[in-house]
This record gives sequence, structure tokens and C-alpha cells, in this order.
Amino acid sequence: MSRAPTGFRRERIDRGIKVRSDDIFALASLRDLSYLILPRALPVAALLLFPIVGRGISPYWQTVVLSTLVIALLALSWDLLASAGLVSLGQAFFFGLGGYTAGFLNSGLGLSPFLSIPLATLLGAALSTLLLFPLLRLRGIYFGMITFALPLLCMRVVETTGLLGGTEGLSGLTPLPSRTVELYVITLAVLVTAFVFRRLSTSDWGLVYQAIRDNDRAVVAAGFDIQRRKAQVVFLAALPAAFAGAFVTHRYQFVGMPAFALDYSTMPLTAAVIGGPGSFLGALVGAFLLVPLSELMREFGSLRVVVYSAMLLGFTIGLPEGLFRFAARKYGQFERLAPIEEPSHGK
Amino acid sequence: MGSEPFLRVQNLTKAFGKVLAVMDVSFDLPRGHALGVIGPNGSGKSTLINLITGFVRPTSGKVFFQGRDLAGLAPHQRVNLGMARSFQMARPFYNLPVYKNVVIPVSSPRSRKHMGGEFGDRDEAAIHLLEEVGFERDSAVPFKKAGELPHGYLKRLELARCLALDPDLIILDELFSGMSMSEIAGILPLLEKIKAAGKTLVMVEHRLRELFRVVDSVICLQFGEKIAAGPPQEVMAQKEVAEAYLGAEVTADA
Ligand SMILES: Nc1ncnc2c1ncn2[C@@H]1O[C@H](COP(=O)(O)OP(=O)(O)OP(=O)(O)O)[C@@H](O)[C@H]1O
Ligand SMILES: [Mg+2]
Repeated sequence: MSRAPTGFRRERIDRGIKVRSDDIFALASLRDLSYLILPRALPVAALLLFPIVGRGISPYWQTVVLSTLVIALLALSWDLLASAGLVSLGQAFFFGLGGYTAGFLNSGLGLSPFLSIPLATLLGAALSTLLLFPLLRLRGIYFGMITFALPLLCMRVVETTGLLGGTEGLSGLTPLPSRTVELYVITLAVLVTAFVFRRLSTSDWGLVYQAIRDNDRAVVAAGFDIQRRKAQVVFLAALPAAFAGAFVTHRYQFVGMPAFALDYSTMPLTAAVIGGPGSFLGALVGAFLLVPLSELMREFGSLRVVVYSAMLLGFTIGLPEGLFRFAARKYGQFERLAPIEEPSHGK
Repeated sequence: MGSEPFLRVQNLTKAFGKVLAVMDVSFDLPRGHALGVIGPNGSGKSTLINLITGFVRPTSGKVFFQGRDLAGLAPHQRVNLGMARSFQMARPFYNLPVYKNVVIPVSSPRSRKHMGGEFGDRDEAAIHLLEEVGFERDSAVPFKKAGELPHGYLKRLELARCLALDPDLIILDELFSGMSMSEIAGILPLLEKIKAAGKTLVMVEHRLRELFRVVDSVICLQFGEKIAAGPPQEVMAQKEVAEAYLGAEVTADA
């Protein structure tokens, strides 16, 4: 006795292969294994091979990938802060402090890039944390607003005091030995950061930040010093961002007020939102989409900001989970239209 | 030593602008005692708790806990000295599973010191605590997102989060409100057990009949002032208290 279908509804079903590979003991076939491993291994392999293979393809696109990886680091940093409820509108702050620190270490103290970049990473992050510490009490939009203002403030300080080269900036800095070295250095930084941040956020340590984001007073009532906790996460998040700044300083052999430019704040944020916040891999996906796209739109000049804003708006409303989670879901499930046999009553 | 009261509140005053939320309130609480704090809406009960636990800084006055002056101590430091509190507005960690809501306080510096244990053990400890406050063990409830819990469960979750800290003093701000009669009946034996274990209790409540089954004495606040103190029946017999509550919804109940 089958009735005529009265309509269709969309059904989401986990692929059999996903169900099996969710359980580690059920890994039977090579197919299961590759289903699990390939989506992780392929992007990593591509990133690691690119510095060698990419040279043959196009030097121009190598520089685009470099810029992409720089924004990716800033987006990873943004995502870690956001996972603790700290929405940063001023990633350029960390970036600029790292950049200027490297510039100073190189031009002032004559340190080689291989010393000045790691040192500037640590010192830049420490300095950022120190400066942000009194502001960590601020929550939500207030924290966002103050982080938005900080890079602009830094720019004005450099401009009016004439410190660190003033409006001229510091130029003639030591470059890294070659494009290939540059690419490897930044690629490794991105991979290590993504791996470590993902690990941290699912650990016991990361759990406390999820709680802080939901209800910080209850975390205090559980005996945690949330000021200290927030300082820790700011320091950790500032590390890759300061690294990115230091790296770019040596890449351009110059550091100046543009290190605090708005782009370094808006691009990472947009990348993380497009890719989907909270997974770190989303931030990477977003960066790899956004930066090449904005390169292609270079001739539109500052009109590009309109495109970012439109994308931000579109994704927050249309796909708040972001591209990464969306794609991961599609990879693990298929959809089909299932006939509805019973007409639904009284709805 | 010795003669020090467990908790001493001395001339506590808090002014929010021109509003005197708490005015010159003093009392001593011996160890193991259960104190009820009653008073009409807006009489300063929650503010008094915030002052004791350090969430609000007093305009003047002092709090001593186990002989120690708490002036200048941040709320989390007071928690780690052994005072736990619940909030009047039960707000869980919405996006975490229910049991992880309890893992947070179980991982606090104080309980880590007391209970030790690894990450996995903490999950077990948390689920055990939830069971204690009346979550069914083998149900799916502890693994649901806390944002999906009904209100009565949220209140019990608040209590579990307090107990997870293994505190000496437990301060509960309107635990019973929003709970059904049967839920309260289910929680009363647990409160008795907590008392029997030697813990000190402070309970802010509007549900007087249920409150009086737990507490040894009460203080009554009105416009931030302590207007009465003593055993429940004596306090309720006082004219000022009856007048403070006159017209309030509680009179019919008491
Ligand atoms: N953060 C604050 N800022 C300004 N005024 C406040 C603040 N907190 C409390 N008040 C005021 O202090 C007074 C006491 O409030 P409190 O919340 O302590 O009362 P309560 O006895 O707990 O009331 P209820 O029974 O409704 O919970 C009220 O007049 C309230 O408006
Ligand atoms: Mg109150």
C-alpha cells in the first residue's frame, strides 16, 4: 500500500564511509584511509611543494601566495582571540608592533633576520600583551572598538614623535636569502600555528576560554583569574601576528606607518568570517580565497573594501558557519530529496 | 584564633550613585550554620552577596572570612579561599555540554588542589556531581548543550557548579525561584546533607516556607538595612518584617 508522495523534503545522511571512518577501529580499506587522510594531507603537501614548484609557474603568483600566508597568520591569530570572546578589529596592532620591533632589531642592533624575526615575534607579542592588559576588562563591542583604535593611535604616535624613522620609516633592512626561503619560513609558520592552535583550543586549557566567551562571571565564580587567562590568550594570539609583521618587514626591507594599515585588520577578520570562525582551518580557507581575489581586483583600488564588506555581510547572514564547516559537512554527508508520504496535519 | 567567627560582615555599605543598596549591615556567622537572607524586591540581598563574594566593592565596611580580612581580594581569590556562590540569574555556559559546565569549576585551582586528578577523571567527577543534584545518571541530559536545559535544571546546575569547588561556605542567590515544588522537595535532602557535612550556608530566598526548613536563622533586609535577625519564627513575628512584606506576594505564602 504505497501512497502517492505529497511532496519532497531534503534529507541529510552521513556517508557510510564517514560513519565507518569516525570509528578508528573500523578503518578497513585503503579507500577509508584515503577518505580520512587525503583532505588533510593534500593541502599540506601542496603548501610544502609550492615554494619549489611555484617558481616555475609564476613569480607573480608566488608573491600572492606570500601575502596570502601573511593574512592567514593574522586570521589564525584573530580566530584564537575570537574563541576566547575577544573580537579583534585591530590585528594591525600586533602586526605593526612585530614589524617595528624587527625593524629596530635589524637597523638599530644589526641582528640578522634569522635572529630578529624570532625575537620580534616574542618581544612584539609581549609588548602587545602589556599594552592591551589594562583593556582586557572590556567585553564585546568595547574590546573591538579599542582594538580598532590602537593601530591608528600607534600610527599617530610614530608620526608625531618621529620615533623609529617617523613618517619615513626604517629602510634598507636585511632581506631573507631567497624567495624560496621566504616561502618556506612563512609556510611552516602557518602550519605550526594552525596545528598548535587547534590542539590548544580542544584542550582543557581551551575549554576555559569557551566558558569565558559564554559567561565570564561564572568563570570567575569558578575561581579562575580571567584577567590572567585573557592575557595568556592575547600573548599566544599575538605571536603569529607579530611574526607576520616581522616577516613582512624583512621581505620589503622596510617598515613604516603602513605596518599599522587598516588592511591588516580588515583582511584577516574577513578571511576568518568567510572561512568560518572557530576551526582555524576556516581562517586558512578564507585567506586563500580572499587574498588572491583581492589581488585580481587590484585595479579597483580602494573600492575593494566595498567587496570585503559585502562578503562579510553576505557570509554572516547567509552562511554563518563559514565555507570550511559547510564543505566539511558536504564531504561527510549527502543530501537527497525524500518523498513525503503523509500529508502533515494541523500545521 | 578560635574565637573568630567563620564569617563576619562588619558595617557593610554600598551606594550606587544616590541609591543606598546596602546600608551598614553587620552580622556574624558561625561555622556550620545556615543563614537565610530575606527581604522584599530591591532590598539589597543580591548586593550583599556581591559584596561578600567580591563581585562588588563596598563603599565602606569589611568582610572577614575564617579570620581573614578580605579587603582588596578579587572574587576568584575569595573562591579559592573556600567560598562558592550561585547567581540569581542562572546563566550556564550555553555552548558547552552540561557536564563540561561542571568540569570548569572542577578544574579550578582550588578543587584541583583538593581532588587532584586528570582531565578524564574530571569528566567523571562532574557527572557524579550532576547526579548528586538530581540529574538522572544514564540519561542523555548531562551531554546535552547547556543552552537547551529547562529552567529547573539550570538552577540545579548552578548548585552543582558550587559544590564542584568543594567550598566551606556556599552562598545561594534564590536557588528555589523558578523551581517546581517537586524539584525543591528533591533538593531539600541534599541541602540537609551539605549542612550535615559541616558546610556553612547562606541562602537568599523569597520562598520562605521552603527556606525555613533549611536555615537556622534569618536576617531581613529592607531598603538595604538589616531590620531583623534571629530564628525564623521570631523574625517573622516582628512587626517591621510583616510591614516590609505587606503587599508583597510572599505574605500569602508565609
Ligand atoms: N549594578 C548596580 N547599579 C546600580 N544600582 C544597582 C546595581 N545593583 C543593584 N542596584 C540597586 O540596588 C538595590 C538593591 O538591589 P539588589 O539586586 O541587591 O536587590 P535584591 O534584594 O536582590 O532584589 P531581588 O529580590 O529583586 O533580587 C536596587 O535598588 C537596585 O536597583
Ligand atoms: Mg536579588
